[in-house]
Amino acid sequence: MPVRTKLPEDPAKRSMLLTALYIAQEQYGHLSKEAIERVAQRLGVLPKEVYSTASFYTLYNTERPARYHIQVCEGLSCHLNDGAESLVDHIRCKLKLKEEQARTEDGRFSLETVQCLAACDTAPNIRINDELYGQMTPEKTAALLEKLMKE
Amino acid sequence: MFERILLRNVDTIGSEKIDVYLASGGYQALRRALTECKPADLIEMVQKSGLRGRGGAGFPAGVKWGFMPKSPDVTKYVCINADEGEPGTFKDRELMEKDPHQVIEGTIIASYAVDAHRAFVYIRGEFFTSVKRLIKAIADAYERGFLGKDILGSGFDLDLSVHRGAGAYICGEETALLESLEGKRGEPRKKPPYPAQVGLFRQPTLVHNVETLCNVPHIVNRGAEWYANIGTPKSTGPKIFCVSGHVNRPGNYELPLGTPLREIIHDYAGGPKNGKPIKAIIPGGSSTPMLTPAQIDTPMDFESLIAAGSMLGTGAIIVIGEGTCMVDVARRTARFFAHESCGYCTPCRVGTHHMRDILQRIEEGGGEAGDIELLEKLCDGMQGRTFCPLGDAAVAPMRSSLQLFRTEYEQHILEKKCPAA
Repeated sequence: MPVRTKLPEDPAKRSMLLTALYIAQEQYGHLSKEAIERVAQRLGVLPKEVYSTASFYTLYNTERPARYHIQVCEGLSCHLNDGAESLVDHIRCKLKLKEEQARTEDGRFSLETVQCLAACDTAPNIRINDELYGQMTPEKTAALLEKLMKE
Repeated sequence: MFERILLRNVDTIGSEKIDVYLASGGYQALRRALTECKPADLIEMVQKSGLRGRGGAGFPAGVKWGFMPKSPDVTKYVCINADEGEPGTFKDRELMEKDPHQVIEGTIIASYAVDAHRAFVYIRGEFFTSVKRLIKAIADAYERGFLGKDILGSGFDLDLSVHRGAGAYICGEETALLESLEGKRGEPRKKPPYPAQVGLFRQPTLVHNVETLCNVPHIVNRGAEWYANIGTPKSTGPKIFCVSGHVNRPGNYELPLGTPLREIIHDYAGGPKNGKPIKAIIPGGSSTPMLTPAQIDTPMDFESLIAAGSMLGTGAIIVIGEGTCMVDVARRTARFFAHESCGYCTPCRVGTHHMRDILQRIEEGGGEAGDIELLEKLCDGMQGRTFCPLGDAAVAPMRSSLQLFRTEYEQHILEKKCPAA
């Protein structure tokens, strides 16, 4: 096996890495091995470097996300306003998700808790895909999920 | 009633549009700066205004501008830190969503003052609306000749673009932000050298928080003296206070620095939610030590908060009402820092996780004698010993929680019960 040396790095190209990863994620649905390799090739960076960078950030998915990805803010302000875990429990119940299960059987919904979404004035907050929903109550959450289930 | 300056446009319909901004006097400061002022005049003006950074550290903005090398042969950059992530903070998002041109105008003036021809907005990845509005606003600013070549016939050129972060709190730290902007893992750099000496692509770089830059057009329009008269002698100007938690009217309230906490909470944010007494107040975001209800008359400025044993931070006030478990609050905060520790240095990587695990155990009833001392020892081992300020940010709220609510911890550990439940 030949020893691979580090490729000479072009700072202007390298600085496009985060943007390129977003584009690849959109095109491939998630950052698959193929997507990572393609970004590496285009920017003249080693695939392991691309993966190392991508793995640092939470908005890059190495697995295909569900159609509706639900994020529940577990920040302090959301917790103080009856959000966070208590909303997670409601959503789990509604989607019939068991303990530790993060994705529905049909793969349409996935659930995770996230850190402060910088919307504490409308706490408690949840986010579904790119949309932020504030002042959530169990009733409002249930209605929203029912609407999405029918789609 | 204080006349709002930074948030003056946010309630106008279509406030994000360039014509609405122009109709309210927008870009007049830019015209004045480019035609009537030399860069050195602007640096002096900002120094005289007393403007200090609004991202947490409170460093004098004019001094930072003065640090930038003057030689025209050196390539310089300006970065707008829009990676707002300190729990409790939501001011930059409102400024970018509702008044993006104010951010852009402040950036152009700052770039002119430090002779930079390339500027970047580094924005939190989750801020979809802000990203969309900023991109549109920048395109409109180019079309009207406020960006690009020969701005308003002054001979000054500036290009500005938006770069999305991808979910990492640490990228709000300025050197981590620069690493991320270069397309790398957002791990902080050693300081010094500071970004004004060695910044983006190893060139001198001015990094400012969104709110800081929003002040600049108003200083140019109305003068340094007018600005310095707002607030206290050492903490000048208006500040956006983000109020959340147990209050009746959470939201952003723009008031002069030095406004007492009581006034902000009771007169503006509608007082404690459901009239429940206040148990503790976080004055400047999750990384600042808590205050007690007895400290509610503390003026909200840099100096008074240090005197009170805390920090102004980002000005994010979280009100915690009676009946809240303080071990749970600490656990939640520790969980945040453990999640956001970048893992680069050992005291922070190991310390934050250890802290979270101990608090989790205490909260679940598995606390043991000696746990409080263990937490204190952990704080000693982290404070001042981590590579970047994130470690200290995790320690400050932990220490204040142990100090103020020690008996509550003891009850959890010894009696296996939560007094708040």
